[in-house]
Amino acid sequence: MNSVMHFLAMGGYADYVWPAYAVFFIVLIADNLAPRLRRSHLLRELRARQIRQSRRSGDNTLPTPPSS
Amino acid sequence: MSNWIPLWLHKLSSPPTFYRFAGTLRPWAMALALVFGAIGLYGGLLLAPADYQQGDAYRIIFIHVPSAWMSMFIYAVMGMSAFVALVWRIKLAEVVAMQSAPIGAAFTFITLVTGSLWGKPMWGTWWTWDARLTSELVLLFLYLGVIGLYQAFEDRRQGARAAAFLAIIGIINVPIVHFSVNWWNTLHQGSTVNIFGHSKMSWDMLWPLLAMTLATKFYYAASLFRRTQTDLLSLESGKDWVRQIVNSEAGQ
Amino acid sequence: MSRPGLTAACSAMLRRDLTLAWRRRSDMAMPVLYALIVTMLFPFALGPEDTLLQRIAGGIILVTVLLAMLLALDAMFSSDIEDGSLEQLVLAPQPLALMLGMKILAHWLTTALPLIVITPLLAAMLHLPAPVIPVLLLALLLATPLLSLFGAVLVALTAGTRRSGMLLALMLLPLCVPALIFAAGAVTAAQQGLPWLAPITWLAAALVLTLVLAPLACAAALRIALDS
Repeated sequence: MNSVMHFLAMGGYADYVWPAYAVFFIVLIADNLAPRLRRSHLLRELRARQIRQSRRSGDNTLPTPPSS
Repeated sequence: MSNWIPLWLHKLSSPPTFYRFAGTLRPWAMALALVFGAIGLYGGLLLAPADYQQGDAYRIIFIHVPSAWMSMFIYAVMGMSAFVALVWRIKLAEVVAMQSAPIGAAFTFITLVTGSLWGKPMWGTWWTWDARLTSELVLLFLYLGVIGLYQAFEDRRQGARAAAFLAIIGIINVPIVHFSVNWWNTLHQGSTVNIFGHSKMSWDMLWPLLAMTLATKFYYAASLFRRTQTDLLSLESGKDWVRQIVNSEAGQ
Repeated sequence: MSRPGLTAACSAMLRRDLTLAWRRRSDMAMPVLYALIVTMLFPFALGPEDTLLQRIAGGIILVTVLLAMLLALDAMFSSDIEDGSLEQLVLAPQPLALMLGMKILAHWLTTALPLIVITPLLAAMLHLPAPVIPVLLLALLLATPLLSLFGAVLVALTAGTRRSGMLLALMLLPLCVPALIFAAGAVTAAQQGLPWLAPITWLAAALVLTLVLAPLACAAALRIALDS
């Protein structure tokens, strides 16, 4: 337990070291999450658009794209 | 044999091919990033001894320096893709350039903040206007400018070309700023700047740094792959290959 | 590549822009008024103590002029884009870079020159020592064209977008930093009685280089921005 406390104290510089590491991880995690969010929104929107287009073209089922 | 590389590159620049390529490589890149990151952080935080002068505060180096290197590396990649995009108008180059900008901005931001947190206990100040810090701040503004300009256009391809042009102008500007601020600092005597020299670093501090450098590079690759995939879906949304993907992901 | 009438084309372009600017004379007064007001605010904000104002007067004037020019930059191409004459210019047989150079010159004459003219007044308001004023004027004479030229490239890039002034400021700031540093360096050196020629020479060199390259970059940027 003592060694954990010693590690966390970072020789007295804990107030600087840990926020620095926190910024590093938070920013990179945000950078990782942002495109995931965009992708799920995009897929939802594209799917809705495809459904609308298929309704407009007359059939009630989703068109199966030609396999080429 | 001699022309399979250009052929492969040409195939790769086709959006559906790159989408698959990126999708295959991305998990591996991310895995390597996490593995090297774990190794580097373990080595840096737990194994490496405290510095003689700076105590444990120096451990910020293991995230500050790799981030700084990434901020410049990503700008170089962005600049090269921008050049390819402007000269040959290759769609993939436009996407790579534009999608690199936010990642570069993230690393530049991390560099500035972690540097500031390191500077306070070491130099006694959160900020100083020396050449290196000022150039890094200007770099952040350049990234933000590229992102902002790209988003100001209705037509995305046109916006990408304009932002690519700005990125290329910026490449020339960063060394100019660095040089001019250096000159300015020597004009104003009395600025105290301490630069932590890496070349004399002991091996047990150096190897975690190198591990973190690899980790951040692989992370950039993984993040770029993911962002490029999403942007290609958006850009090519009317095409068949995108429809297939949208359909196959139905219900997820 | 020399066509008969290239000089005629240049002078025609210059005359056109100057005439148009003269018809909107009140617009020309805006940057000047802005600079006057902002400069006046500093003694209110910092206190009228002479020694403090003297030390920072050069820097304040440089930044104020920079900001005033930034405000006026937007108007460089906006009216020509709106009525389509800029696209005509791009299609014209005359070299686009040269024509744009003339436009930039006209813009500098109508925005920066008035600011330079009132600089002695601004300097007096901030108690800048009189011997420093010629150096300040020289620095401005070299730095303001640099700003016009860089600004023109960036305004060309954003031509026809739904742009905000903030974006332009964000893009222009990094480009202006070196010019500002050298101009301020010259003024500070003069104020301390040190030799001030070196930073002026750097500014002059940068100006010559930019005079050649910026119109070309501006033409390229315009083609990118207008081509859809």
